[in-house]
Amino acid sequence: MKLSRFARFSIALLFVWIVLFAFLPQIMVLIASVLSKGATDFILFEPTVQNYARLFDPIYLQIFVDSLVLASVTTLLCLIIAFPFAATLARAPKAWRPLLLILVIIPFWTSSLVRTYALIALLKTKGLINAALLFLGIIDAPLELMYTQVAVFIGMVYTLLPFMILPLYAALEKIDVRLIEAASDLGAGFWSRLMRITIPLSLSGIIAGSMLVFLPALGMFYIPDLLGGAKNLIIGSFIRNQFLTFRDWPFGAAASMLLSLMMLLMVALYAYAQRRERA
Amino acid sequence: MRSIKTAYVLLIYVLLYLPIGVLILYSFNASKFSTEWKGFTLMWYEKLSSNDGLIEAALHSLNIALFSSLLATLIGTLGAVALFRHRFLGKKFLESMVYILIVSPEIVMGISLLMLFSAAQMPMGFWTLLIAHITLCVPFVIVTVASRLANFDQSVIEAAKDLGAEEFTLFYKVVLPMIAPSVIAGFLLSFTLSLDDVIISFFVTGPGYEILPLKIYSMVRVGVKPEINALCTIMFVLTIFVVLLSQYLLKEKR
Repeated sequence: MKLSRFARFSIALLFVWIVLFAFLPQIMVLIASVLSKGATDFILFEPTVQNYARLFDPIYLQIFVDSLVLASVTTLLCLIIAFPFAATLARAPKAWRPLLLILVIIPFWTSSLVRTYALIALLKTKGLINAALLFLGIIDAPLELMYTQVAVFIGMVYTLLPFMILPLYAALEKIDVRLIEAASDLGAGFWSRLMRITIPLSLSGIIAGSMLVFLPALGMFYIPDLLGGAKNLIIGSFIRNQFLTFRDWPFGAAASMLLSLMMLLMVALYAYAQRRERA
Repeated sequence: MRSIKTAYVLLIYVLLYLPIGVLILYSFNASKFSTEWKGFTLMWYEKLSSNDGLIEAALHSLNIALFSSLLATLIGTLGAVALFRHRFLGKKFLESMVYILIVSPEIVMGISLLMLFSAAQMPMGFWTLLIAHITLCVPFVIVTVASRLANFDQSVIEAAKDLGAEEFTLFYKVVLPMIAPSVIAGFLLSFTLSLDDVIISFFVTGPGYEILPLKIYSMVRVGVKPEINALCTIMFVLTIFVVLLSQYLLKEKR
């Protein structure tokens, strides 16, 4: 069938945009990652695998391991916090659900930088958390929360929690309540129902949420920057430094390719879980 | 069990709103450094109104957000309808790219666009920010519109075609009115994505065109200023207003 002029225009517009500003730049990153760094130019056209080999240098490897640990713990914390929350929301009275969801989304509609900034007011030595704990007599001296790993975790979880809640809610809402009731009638306890029905049936939501938390957690350099001081380097800060401070673009490009590779792996995992769920 | 669940849900909501609430409260606090409440003041709002740099950055941000979300909505809506209606060479490629762009970390897009703009020797500023924000938003518009199209009654299109509607008339008179709520939703999502973006903008911004998130970022790094509380409060109220307005408009439509 021949496409109309209007259809061809629509397709061409999207196609050109995606190729020019998303696909082509990504190919450039891929090519740069196997080229050398120049003394005056950013990139020399001398092929090398040195950039990838250097990623396994213990100094850099440590950054990646730390970053992966940070992202994994953040994802796990988000999952543990969000699961009971989303499960309760999914079983709330139908009329309330849209409002309850909007209330989750509203904070996420304000700048995440602004919210990180707001956290500083809570966490600093003379901040609200310390004031409250001192007032209640739980602690004698203020806790040093700012510029610690704990502050970074709080910031990450706070910023990324909605990305876990929403896909979990979507998956949990679809589960037929009768399945759980049937299991209950047949004598299955709370844990048994959770492990054998609720979790397997919401697996694609769990993976989608984990993906939406884990991947940004590797790249959001401004949260460790503001809350953790400069001590905490994540892959995102590392890539930024290679591009803007050290001007070693090929090395930064190699690190970025590593990040893209992790993303593709998670996408494949998600696709696999969805196919299994349908089968 | 029931009350434990309710208490837990309430606790999470309180935690979600606590930092923003504290921020708003402090924007009216007369004390500059401590967290102590030293009385109500509008001083920070006055200081803000004379801070030309901040206001200029805020206007730049609104400018970029408005133009990029309008263009992203145009490209995304036309694209989503075309992807839904037609089969063509490269369709699978486009669909895969859309999903990959949504899940890929922002920093990856940031540095790749930095490389592109440098290679093309484009000066960093308004245009690079605009292009970057459109590229960020288009995939989100597409999935928002596509989710609405998925529930679309195909027979309506067939009927319009049988009655002799041209492709454009079909889009303008039949498809667009039916997907209008999702187009508006896509536009609003783009607007907030653009206004909020830190990471991509970080790489494609230039000294000539400063935008608000980056300005706040550099200010927070050198030290906390109470004017920022005031500015953030205004932005929060503005966002809530836009969201509520859109909800209201969408309800009217239905």
